[in-house]
Amino acid sequence: MADLLAQRRSPLAHLAGELAATGFMRELPYLSSYEVRADPAEPAMARLGAALFAGPLLAAAWPTAGRAVGTGPRYALWCGPGWYLVVDEPGTTLESAMAGLPAVDVSAARTVLELTGPFARDVLAHGCAIDLHPRAFGPGSCAQTHLAKAQVILHQTATATYRVFVRASYADYLARWLLDAAVEYVRRIDE
Amino acid sequence: MSQPFRRAAGGRIDRSRTLTFHFEGRAYEAHPGDTLSSALLANGVRVVARGPYTGRPRGTYGIGAEEPNAFVQVDSGPGEPMVRATQLEVYDGLVARSLAGKGSLGEEPDDSRYDKTWAHCDVLVVGAGPAGLAAAHAAGVTGARVILADERPEPGGDLLGGRAHLDGRPAMDWVTDLRARLAGLPEVRVLPRTTVTGAYDGNFLVAVQRRTEHLGPAAPAHVARQRLWHIRAGQVVLATGAHERPILFPDNDRPGVMLAAAAAGYAWRYGVLPGRRAVVAGAHDGALWAAVDLVDAGVELAAVLDARHLAGGQAHRALRDRGVVVAAGHGVVGTDADADGVLTAAWVAPVDGDGQARRIACDLLATSGGWNPAVHLYSQAGGRPRWSDDHAAFVPGDPLPAVACVGAAAGTFDLADALAEGAEAGWQAAAATHGGGGEEPLPPATDSVASAGAPAACWITARADSPPETIFVDLQRDATLRDVRRAVGAGMRASEHVKRFTTAGTAADQGRTTGVTTVGVLAGLLGLPVGAVGTTTYRPPYAPISFALLAGRDRGRLLDPERRTPMHERHEADGAVFENVGQWKRPWYYPAPGEDLDQAVLRECRAAREGVAMMDVSTLGKIDLRGPDVGEFLDRVYTNRFSTLRVGQCRYGVMCRADGMVFDDGVTARLAPDRYHMTTTTGNAAAVLDWLDEWLQTEWPDLRVSATSVTDQWAAVAVVGPGSREVLRRLAPSLDVSAEAFPFLTVRDATVAGIPARVFRISFTGELSYEINVPAWYGLALWDAVAEAGRPAGITPYGTETMHVLRAEKGFIVAGQDTDGTVTPHDAGLGWAVSTVKPFIGGRSLARPDTARNDRKRLVGLLPADPSVVLAEGAQLVVDADAPTPVPMLGHVTSSYRSAALGRSFALALVAGGLTHRGETLQAVDGGQAHPVVVTEPVFYDAEGARRDG
Amino acid sequence: MLSVPCPWCGPRDETEFRYGGQAHVAYPADPAACSDAEWAGYLFMRDNPKGWFAERWFHSAGCRRWFNAVRHTVTYEFAAVYAPFTQPPGVPS
Ligand SMILES: [Zn+2]
Repeated sequence: MADLLAQRRSPLAHLAGELAATGFMRELPYLSSYEVRADPAEPAMARLGAALFAGPLLAAAWPTAGRAVGTGPRYALWCGPGWYLVVDEPGTTLESAMAGLPAVDVSAARTVLELTGPFARDVLAHGCAIDLHPRAFGPGSCAQTHLAKAQVILHQTATATYRVFVRASYADYLARWLLDAAVEYVRRIDE
Repeated sequence: MSQPFRRAAGGRIDRSRTLTFHFEGRAYEAHPGDTLSSALLANGVRVVARGPYTGRPRGTYGIGAEEPNAFVQVDSGPGEPMVRATQLEVYDGLVARSLAGKGSLGEEPDDSRYDKTWAHCDVLVVGAGPAGLAAAHAAGVTGARVILADERPEPGGDLLGGRAHLDGRPAMDWVTDLRARLAGLPEVRVLPRTTVTGAYDGNFLVAVQRRTEHLGPAAPAHVARQRLWHIRAGQVVLATGAHERPILFPDNDRPGVMLAAAAAGYAWRYGVLPGRRAVVAGAHDGALWAAVDLVDAGVELAAVLDARHLAGGQAHRALRDRGVVVAAGHGVVGTDADADGVLTAAWVAPVDGDGQARRIACDLLATSGGWNPAVHLYSQAGGRPRWSDDHAAFVPGDPLPAVACVGAAAGTFDLADALAEGAEAGWQAAAATHGGGGEEPLPPATDSVASAGAPAACWITARADSPPETIFVDLQRDATLRDVRRAVGAGMRASEHVKRFTTAGTAADQGRTTGVTTVGVLAGLLGLPVGAVGTTTYRPPYAPISFALLAGRDRGRLLDPERRTPMHERHEADGAVFENVGQWKRPWYYPAPGEDLDQAVLRECRAAREGVAMMDVSTLGKIDLRGPDVGEFLDRVYTNRFSTLRVGQCRYGVMCRADGMVFDDGVTARLAPDRYHMTTTTGNAAAVLDWLDEWLQTEWPDLRVSATSVTDQWAAVAVVGPGSREVLRRLAPSLDVSAEAFPFLTVRDATVAGIPARVFRISFTGELSYEINVPAWYGLALWDAVAEAGRPAGITPYGTETMHVLRAEKGFIVAGQDTDGTVTPHDAGLGWAVSTVKPFIGGRSLARPDTARNDRKRLVGLLPADPSVVLAEGAQLVVDADAPTPVPMLGHVTSSYRSAALGRSFALALVAGGLTHRGETLQAVDGGQAHPVVVTEPVFYDAEGARRDG
Repeated sequence: MLSVPCPWCGPRDETEFRYGGQAHVAYPADPAACSDAEWAGYLFMRDNPKGWFAERWFHSAGCRRWFNAVRHTVTYEFAAVYAPFTQPPGVPS
């Protein structure tokens, strides 16, 4: 198994140094993720909720439009009506919990860029048309939208922390775009 | 002497520092806060530009965005053509020169950074003059999110350097106080040097912010020079002020002729005397107040003319107190100039009748025919300006939803009224979006001013015999009264037509100073009320935007996303030449040292046909389909049947649009009773997923099917050629790769190179081949493992060009290359894949009379008579290239290559009547040359399909 | 840039959507039973009114749901959005 994992290469491995140099961006590679498509009222979905999230509240409550549930590392993101992205730590296998549901392992289909800190929102706003002001979008919010010219899922996990889920093939483009957008802010941190 | 026209004190400039700049090769001094115009005036430089067609010298005419004359070429920094000197802030090291109509882009690429951003707010206030400041403050105190954008370096508008008093103190104290208060409101964002250039649907506004240009060489390279703001606002308050308009007269273009309020503005905002001896000519109180400002600044007033026959009012009294008598009912009817073309005198006469003209020596002729509210954004947002006799101006007409016009932009020129209007609009806008709250701030108190009377709509003062070609209606276009008369003489009545005929109003200043004046002149010639003629339409952008800014960071490598497969860096290391396939970067071919495209492709093809070759096929679209009704759904979507497919089997399928034309094709496998894996062409992956979602959601919601894109989940390597079975055997020792155990068109789960994989036995080349799919993060490892396992057999990586040759030799089409949205499956030779018993999308269309025609263009093969000629794709096919025109065209070449296996060139084509032409010789016409070609079956290689089992 | 009110995601920029043309044009239950003229009518003929228009939108870059909208073809104002297979709510006159 260790041999197998050593054979992986993440879509942004080649940019890890440049991302780290900004001081507020990094790749979160190899997260497990599944796209689940079912009516949250179905019993199988209730069972899955219970299996994923401890406590009766979370188990019952698949996220509503524009929201994510979970406190990390496990989250369920609303992608559309009856459509969720379940995210977990790398290497987590959730197949058995999802048995009987249309759940597709898409762990390798996307990677995640995490932006943290006081400039994260401003950097995203250079390429994202949706309103990220705390009055409109805060911790626990998520949205499928465009960032620059890439389609992304945006998930705010904490006050100044955003995850950007991007398709693996677009990751190089989007990371380079974000690195360029971050230039002004990197200098501001330095000053 | 340095800066001979600089006043001893005053102005919003920093006299403690001196800057040096160059204009027309000469060095001058200025102070921070100066514009190029104010600095040139301070140095006594009157000629700034030249008329584009007349070559006549031109000077600074206005003081801001309305400027029609003083456009310069900036040569310092990245360089920029057509910059308004009135808005160009002087920096140390500025180098500029005069222009005659148009500038030029620099030779060197501009490596400055340009940026874009999106912003949302409850209230956007455009313009930070008194009304805009009051609006932003009233909105901001409620806690609403407010953006205040203003094109000047600092807020204040016409209060800047002015002499008005608010709450008994100089107005700038109030401005400073308000700035501090706005800075204390966390949800208020003030954007200086920001021009809102466009108002679009849904209160979407675009603004250009000039961030570092004013710093010159000191501008930090990491900060974007300009930023384009995309603002979505709940409510918009337009406090855009007004543009001063002149009165026209003969030779009204000489340097020294200026707008009156602009002239006064230079004296007080910049501490510069725009002249030493002035004639002021106006038709409204504002011109008189400008005269007061000029005389108080130390300008000698040679005469003050008012086209109106009015006396009394506060302005008249103020002038009389200063020893100046207003010449009522007088105007300017001509000017004199020195050898350089610079103003030396004005000719003055009564405006009525033909009284004697009098020559008055002066070096400044300040003219003002009134104020035009800046209704541009109101108009862009869908509003229609209306003529108001009370204002002698076009003012905003019917109100727009969620847009308010305040202050001078609404025709409210009285300061107290403008402040109250602004505050009220800001307050209401915040209430409408944010819900309001707190206490409405009271606007500051002003001194009341008694007016002499209403402004007059005075457009031209001239004598009956004044030559119309000397009366300029558009300085930047050198358009004159003669041109307008000609337009009317040619029968034009509409201002839009006259604008296009005369070009008046079409230059970079968009007729800001004289657009309305042109309408007034036109109305006079036509004998119509001004309102009946109406303005031209105001369109975005309000001010020019550079292409560099519109591009933002979307240039160079970031112009468009480059989609990369997990194996991309290995292809780079292997020396691949890439081609763009949609947004994907795909290896096109892998030249060995010294090889060109043709040589590399011949080598790659030979390896695939005779040995073993490998290709990165990760870009293929992949869709995971789940649910009990997938089989039924696919039967409706594909022309052929998929519900009967057994688990572990694959089938080639064709999709049509409802019109029966081929949309996409690909191989789909059944992985489980309720689970299929669909593949699409590389370019159509998103379109096919959209197509499936559309039918599932809008027509057949009863079908229990979910579709998930897994294109990026799987990396895939095709191992191709007679040697491919041996390579796979080495990679997957536990997989039985024999033809019996792993037959054509089946799929197996296996461990390949230690990686969990899904292996498809399919072929896009006609050769024995396998497509190995692994989770994308193993893609690079898989590629390397295949290369290693194939090394003893000389495995050869190949690119898209070889793929195309191999598939075309077999007559396999590429949807989108050999089809173009007008090709049915039958036309494309795919009739064998069309079910005649089950319904499918597009099926009914195949029975339409048009699609059932026998003479439709159908797929054929072509063999050029000269086997060394590779036909151009797109070349037209005709029977006789020398036939009289129009030559009947039979079709065109869709794919054309040189074949290693055939030892010659070949092509696929769509030809009317298809294979009824078999054996005939047609002409393929390309670039004027006709190549004889013989029509053949579209399969050139291994027609019996003997090779796919190896 | 229109702001399109997705019934699920709220207002989003037009660039996130695909336009789907006139709403309430159902795929014929039995295409084979259509005359050529009827089938051509389904394929090619659509209304193009000046004023309020019921049309389809697809939030392709967001929730990927199709929905119907009543939009004014002159002012571009959206009066309502509603689910497929339901009738448009009251349209402003
Ligand atoms: Zn949506």
